[in-house]
Amino acid sequence: MTSLAYYLLVAALLFSIGLAGALVRRNAILVLIGIELMLNAANLNLIAFWRYGPHPERLTGMIFAIFSIAVAAAEAAVGLGLVIQIHRHAKTTDLDAMNRMKG
Amino acid sequence: MLDTEMVSGSLTHCGPSCDYLVLIAAVPMVAAGVIAFLKQPRRKTAAALSIGSLSFSLLLSLIAFTRVLVDWIHGVATHSVFNFTWFQAGTAHVDLGWVLDPLSAVMLVMVSFVGLLIFIYSTGYMKDDENYTRFFCFLSLFAGAMLGVVIANSILLLFMCWELVGLTSYLLIGFWFQKPAAAAAAKKAFLTTRIGDVFFLLGMVWLFSQTGTLLFYNHGAGSMEVAALAGLLAQPAAWGLTAAGAIGLLIFAGAAGKSGQFPLHVWLPDAMEGPTPVSALIHAATMVAAGVYLIARVYPLMAAGMPTGGTTTALTVVTWVGAFTAVFAALIAVAQNDIKRILAYSTVSQLGYMMAGLGMGGVAVGMFHLITHAFFKALLFLGAGSVIHGCHGEQDIRKMGGLKSDMPLTFLTYSIGMLALCGFPLVFSGFWSKDGILEAAQHWSVAKAPFYMLVFGALLTAFYMTRQVAYVFFGVWRGGKPAHESPKVMTAPLGILAFFAMALGLIGTPAWPWFRSFLDGRAAAFDWHGFMEPGLGTLMLASSVIVIFGWWLSWKIYGDRSPQPMEPDPLEKAAPMAWGWLRDRLYVDELYSATVIAFYGWWARVTDWLDRRVWGGAVAGVAGSFALWARLNRFLDANVVDGGFDNGCAGLAGGGGLLARVQSGRVQSYLRIMALGVVALVVILIWSSRP
Amino acid sequence: MSIVFYVLTTITVMGALAAMLLKNTVHCALALSVVFAGLAFLFMSLDAQYAGWAQVLVYIGAVAILVVFAILLTKGSETPKDGVFSRTWFVGLVIAAGVFAVLGWAVMGSMKALPQLTAVPQVTNLDIGNALVGRYVLPLEIVAVLLTAAMIGAVIVAIHEKEGQK
Repeated sequence: MTSLAYYLLVAALLFSIGLAGALVRRNAILVLIGIELMLNAANLNLIAFWRYGPHPERLTGMIFAIFSIAVAAAEAAVGLGLVIQIHRHAKTTDLDAMNRMKG
Repeated sequence: MLDTEMVSGSLTHCGPSCDYLVLIAAVPMVAAGVIAFLKQPRRKTAAALSIGSLSFSLLLSLIAFTRVLVDWIHGVATHSVFNFTWFQAGTAHVDLGWVLDPLSAVMLVMVSFVGLLIFIYSTGYMKDDENYTRFFCFLSLFAGAMLGVVIANSILLLFMCWELVGLTSYLLIGFWFQKPAAAAAAKKAFLTTRIGDVFFLLGMVWLFSQTGTLLFYNHGAGSMEVAALAGLLAQPAAWGLTAAGAIGLLIFAGAAGKSGQFPLHVWLPDAMEGPTPVSALIHAATMVAAGVYLIARVYPLMAAGMPTGGTTTALTVVTWVGAFTAVFAALIAVAQNDIKRILAYSTVSQLGYMMAGLGMGGVAVGMFHLITHAFFKALLFLGAGSVIHGCHGEQDIRKMGGLKSDMPLTFLTYSIGMLALCGFPLVFSGFWSKDGILEAAQHWSVAKAPFYMLVFGALLTAFYMTRQVAYVFFGVWRGGKPAHESPKVMTAPLGILAFFAMALGLIGTPAWPWFRSFLDGRAAAFDWHGFMEPGLGTLMLASSVIVIFGWWLSWKIYGDRSPQPMEPDPLEKAAPMAWGWLRDRLYVDELYSATVIAFYGWWARVTDWLDRRVWGGAVAGVAGSFALWARLNRFLDANVVDGGFDNGCAGLAGGGGLLARVQSGRVQSYLRIMALGVVALVVILIWSSRP
Repeated sequence: MSIVFYVLTTITVMGALAAMLLKNTVHCALALSVVFAGLAFLFMSLDAQYAGWAQVLVYIGAVAILVVFAILLTKGSETPKDGVFSRTWFVGLVIAAGVFAVLGWAVMGSMKALPQLTAVPQVTNLDIGNALVGRYVLPLEIVAVLLTAAMIGAVIVAIHEKEGQK
């Protein structure tokens, strides 16, 4: 196994853990946490591929990762703001109870 | 002496001078229609309408008769016809029409005159009956129909009026329908004449199909004219007959039914259940005469192909049947105790005489007896009605007696009628008419037996009439309440009829054979030498002797004795078995009852069973199968179609429900499914891109 | 692989597991911070120092705090009565496992194609700066717009409700 493979596997693992959390936990914030984890795993992938890619001097991977971090932050802000808003409205953050889209 | 040709004059088309002929028949029928709508209490109106319409018909008949008379004086036999086509069916024309010739003219006058007298009589006789109006309605209808038979030039019109006459006879016999006997008698009359009518219809249809025309006289194209008759003669039918002979026999069968010849005579005595005016009019003077008239009308057909000095098969059959009936009925009349029944059998017997006269002597002979018989038989019946009325409804002659002092007018007129019937020499019309028949029988070429039969019949006639008169008018009164004379409205017609019963003889004597000449259109001269014909004097003498012998014999047995009601008749004591047979009408009715009627009863039961079980069963089966089918359909519809549909919809709804559960509204479920989808896509991607 | 790698990996994975499994939400947020930290050091070990420190600053310094704020504002610190996991948690677990299986299979299957170790890139801030405003200026500007929009959006979402409540 190459070192890249290791990093990729770790990223895959982190991604799966984050996905599992997002799919399983009832609290909406924890779902967002899971999503953050997934994003981070993707970042790790990007960096790993940048480092072990053909042209690291082009900085493509790292710049990509940096942008990803920025976007993730913005997304976290908006998402959490929404969760807070939902909490104000429904008095709960339990995702199992939020089934108004049911049909 | 036999007239084989009726037409010696020219056949003229009726102009306005005989269009009125139809009115003679139509006016009484219209009167009947009007009376039918009247309420029962309007008796005077009904009677007035009835008598008025018949008087009108009489007037027109007299006008027609006068015209024929005038023509006769000029030596021409009138023969005017008025024909029209009723409708066309393909190439066949259905024509109706009426004819005015001496035969119809004489009959018209007789029917309307006798009818009018009887109508007037009825106003008195039926005074106490509550159905007075209905009676006159039926009487008028009958008169119209009978006159229609007389004037008919189309055999179809004749048949239609013939049937109408039968219908009104049924209605009038069964006038007192509450009496079961009357209703049964009416039914019997109708059915028996119907049997005859079936044969008549067959003959009519055959005649029409063979000659192509329904009209008797139609300017040479009629069925009684030379061309058609020649065609009929050329056509052979079964059993050695020609078509002419066969058709003639079929038509005679119809006449036999209506005129009560053996074996279809059984209805006539039972028809006495009707009121006496009905018996007088229908069953003495007119309806029963219709049969004889019919034979006279189709005489050219019956006599077609007659060899000189011989006769045709049809006429032979007519003669034998007539002669047999004359004797048969006279024998039965001897043993009857009901005043009207004696007269009824007498009528049957005299009709036999008429038929025999037609067969042997031709139209004039038969018709002369018909005319005279109409008058004196109507007189006798009306007299009997007067007697019954005076005896408060009693009809058994054994319970009467001595009425010559209580009812003198009735006695006088009744005696005149009785003498005319028996044929008292010279003064009475019956003598001349019966002698005409006997003379023809004496000279008949085929056999002498009818002559002897008719002579024997004359003996019997005198015998039973004397017996009747002795029981009714002589001796002592054996009834309950005392009898009284009838009112003038009843006795006046009796007088008029009595006069004619005597006077009519004058027109038929051999010295002055006016009647025959009139029918032929030849001039008649009064010639004493008529009496000098060979054998005629002997015959007149012989018949007179026989009549007087019959009276004497009867008077000896019955005269001036007053037998108690339940005492057996002297003849019965002498020959009880024979008497029993005669009293029981020679068991003809019983024979019919046992055979024909029993068969019909059985047949009716069979068809009823068929109808109810077989056809009804089939219908029920079909209906049941339909019901079953409907139920099956409903079951299928409810369970299969509806059920299938419902289940399908339920399945869809269920499936939809199931699928809707996917839309849980929960984000995490959606996420999971998305993740699954991604996994699947990736797997596919990798799989497909493998080298 | 070096020992640093294994240590950092273990810390990160442990932290991730903790973040997803702990009952107390605040503890989860803190565990998340640990994960962020581990990842940052991983980045640095991959010679992406800038990305590593950016991770520290942004994620640990902002996102984690934000998460904690959100938790506190939504009373997430209170443990719910009927458990923290969904009733059908096993399905989710299976799906996640499936995803990992596929990813792992993809990685293992493509090992021959994966590149080898290359020389360490010499990356300076100047290079990054030049890249950002040179080659990647468009994404930079777009991200700027995005951040602006996100900020405005978050403010609107939060403020609107407050005004309604007033």
